[in-house]
Amino acid sequence: MSTGTHRVTILDDLTIYNALTQKAAFMEALGQCRDLEIDLSHVGEVDTAGFQLLLLTKREAALQNKTARIVAHSPAVRELLDFFNMAAFFGDPLVIPAREQG
Amino acid sequence: MDELTTVFVTESREQLAAMEEALLQLEANPEDSDLINAVFRPAHTIKGGAGVIECNFIVAFTHVAENALDKLRNGDIKVSSDLVAVLLGCCDHIGNLLSVLEAGAAEPDEDLRAEGDSLLSRLQRDWLDAKEEAPAASVQPNRPPVEKVDDVQASGGGLVETDFWHISLRFGAGVLRNGMDPISFLRYLSTLGQIVHIETIPDAMPSAEEMDPEACYLGFEIKFKSDADKAAIEAVFDFVRDECTLHILPPNSKLADYIALLQALPENTMRLGEILVKIGALTQAELDDGLKQQHAVPPEEGGEEASPPPPLGEILIEQKVVQPELVEAAVIKQKQVSEKKAAEARLIRIQADKLDRLIDLVGELVIAGASTNLLASRAGLSDLNEATSLLNRLVEQIRDSALQLRMVQIGETFNRFQRVVRDVSKELGKDIELTIAGGETELDKSVVEKIGDPLMHLVRNAMDHGIESAEVRQAKGKSPRGRLSLNAYHDSGSIVIDVADDGGGLNRDKILKKAVEKGLVQAGVHLSDQEIANLIFEPGFSTVDKVSNLSGRGVGMDVVKRNIQGLRGRVEVHSEEGHGTRFSIRLPLTLAIIDGFLVGADRASYVIPLDMVVECLELQAHATSSGERNYLNLRGEVLPFIRLRDLFEIPGEPPKRENVVVVKAAGQKAGIVVDTLLGEFQTVIKPLGQLFRHLRGIGGSTILGSGDVALILDVQALAQIAIGREERSLAAPSSVNTPRISQV
Repeated sequence: MSTGTHRVTILDDLTIYNALTQKAAFMEALGQCRDLEIDLSHVGEVDTAGFQLLLLTKREAALQNKTARIVAHSPAVRELLDFFNMAAFFGDPLVIPAREQG
Repeated sequence: MDELTTVFVTESREQLAAMEEALLQLEANPEDSDLINAVFRPAHTIKGGAGVIECNFIVAFTHVAENALDKLRNGDIKVSSDLVAVLLGCCDHIGNLLSVLEAGAAEPDEDLRAEGDSLLSRLQRDWLDAKEEAPAASVQPNRPPVEKVDDVQASGGGLVETDFWHISLRFGAGVLRNGMDPISFLRYLSTLGQIVHIETIPDAMPSAEEMDPEACYLGFEIKFKSDADKAAIEAVFDFVRDECTLHILPPNSKLADYIALLQALPENTMRLGEILVKIGALTQAELDDGLKQQHAVPPEEGGEEASPPPPLGEILIEQKVVQPELVEAAVIKQKQVSEKKAAEARLIRIQADKLDRLIDLVGELVIAGASTNLLASRAGLSDLNEATSLLNRLVEQIRDSALQLRMVQIGETFNRFQRVVRDVSKELGKDIELTIAGGETELDKSVVEKIGDPLMHLVRNAMDHGIESAEVRQAKGKSPRGRLSLNAYHDSGSIVIDVADDGGGLNRDKILKKAVEKGLVQAGVHLSDQEIANLIFEPGFSTVDKVSNLSGRGVGMDVVKRNIQGLRGRVEVHSEEGHGTRFSIRLPLTLAIIDGFLVGADRASYVIPLDMVVECLELQAHATSSGERNYLNLRGEVLPFIRLRDLFEIPGEPPKRENVVVVKAAGQKAGIVVDTLLGEFQTVIKPLGQLFRHLRGIGGSTILGSGDVALILDVQALAQIAIGREERSLAAPSSVNTPRISQV
């Protein structure tokens, strides 16, 4: 099971209340494949804890020479990535940050 | 009362309920820091919210309570039941203050204020002052000197060419756990001006194994455009001041200040330098220049030498205590708005009578559907039959979802009893623990509303008369702590709520004696234990003598029974002397429509609630024992049964082949012998008139598709009749025959 593409779909909110279980879920999913696709289209709410998990998963994937991609963003996720100006870090197809410079 | 106040009151009441629950749990587990936080958070939120709506009397009161909680959180004071009692008192008081606010009064009245003052002085005297002198002094914290930026001299070299503030933030690991989300602060910051550029620094996050998903590892470098002064920007972060590192560089700060900042931050200087360049705080040339300077001069002196009079004084902001209201208010306001939106999206409030009307209509729909079905099958058109069966399925689904709309969990009702048990046990000087199970069990909303009072009665009775005092318990070899449990579960088409205690149980002899005295039973009549226990529900049983003369309960049990019967439910009592008593309240799950099983006896039809049907089998003459006994051998089990023909005295000969419907009610199985089995049938329950109120064995009536009326059998009553007959015939002294199961 260490090859191939694996998709996780997050149905709960990406918030601190779920962070413990979600971290385990992300790490497990990443351990099982080379190419992890994360579907966040159902995430209603995301906070800093959830954001950190996404960061961690992305970074961990890079460390292990794997890829982790967010394949679908919910509006909340998009908004947060945009707010933190981290869309580029994730580098996943996303609506371009609407923030104006200057 | 404006909208904001309404929201504040509603949400604060929810917060208070959460706080109360956490406090009660805390009393049992004083060491649990999560619980302490769970107590702290609501108090904090309420205070903040009160600040937003400028309700000073709530702020003032909550502030002191919060101080105590803060000390609790820091481990300065320990949880004790006295402290919990005072804090619960504070909860109640805040609730009262909310009522004052709701009533639109500007200030609480004298009595209430006196009550609040006495609570506060207790807190102050016993807990706040105990360890530390004059904590009240910190109530009015010092504001840091406001530094205006207007008079900055933007001249000469060494100044960085930028019109923007630079804010550097590193959040402590604990902020998320304390319920503070960096996002909230940043969003609030953006209300003061414009976040021109933000760079998120996740470098502090450790490797996956060590990473704690509930800790915060983030830092931010922010380029910020604002006309606000420094104090105002600082104030944004007051609330997390203890838990974050904050550096604010005003517009046109000196290069050396940026360099000092680079050094003060935990990350690699080069990386940070790049970030500063990236967000446009510095140009590459400025950075290179600065780093060169820094290498040339030892860093400690570097700052001083390169910049003789620092134009803005201290740049690295010291940790100062500022009134947190402002930020807190912002956070709460934001949270309120977003939570309200989210809640609105999930919930719709509708009036209960609209729902009732819907359910009535669905009931009529079911009846009309049954009639269509019947006509279709008579017409014998296969197309029509197909269409009606589809229709039928849809009607069934509509019925189920319509009924589901009214279902609520009983947990909330149960949780109210935590406080009741705590208070009453204090009052009685007993140590009683309440355990709750099955809080997620759902039942009809109207039933939940009406079951509260009878439950309260049973719970209070169990504590007052059921559970003995600690000394008596110890003398009996029981644990001094009494146990009371509330449990709810589904059982064959009904919901059962148990109220059980491990007290002394009912005293059979005393009850019997009392009943004879009251003329409720004849002396010398043989009664089973169960029948004696049930005497406590007789009206008039309790009203005369003081209840404490009896070992058991008595006050108003008839009222409890009547209330429960009003819900088409029943209450039973099981008692074991010396070991405790259990009251089981059995309520119908739905009030209006059920899945029924249609059976026939002679020419009439009857409905048995399908949930109670276990199986059907043919009645075989040789499987029953000789005529006078009404039980049969069901795979080695004794199954008492009852004949509908006998019960309703239907004349005529039974058909050659009779059927047995095996039903289960209240944990007991029984058989109902009928002529024919007619299959499933959606049953809309129509109550019987007052005239038939005393009929046993009939639960209601319904209308069949053909327009005929069918009676709905009250399975529980029938099973009791069947079982009761057997028990009586066994118990009667004349009967010497032991029951024998004839082998097939």
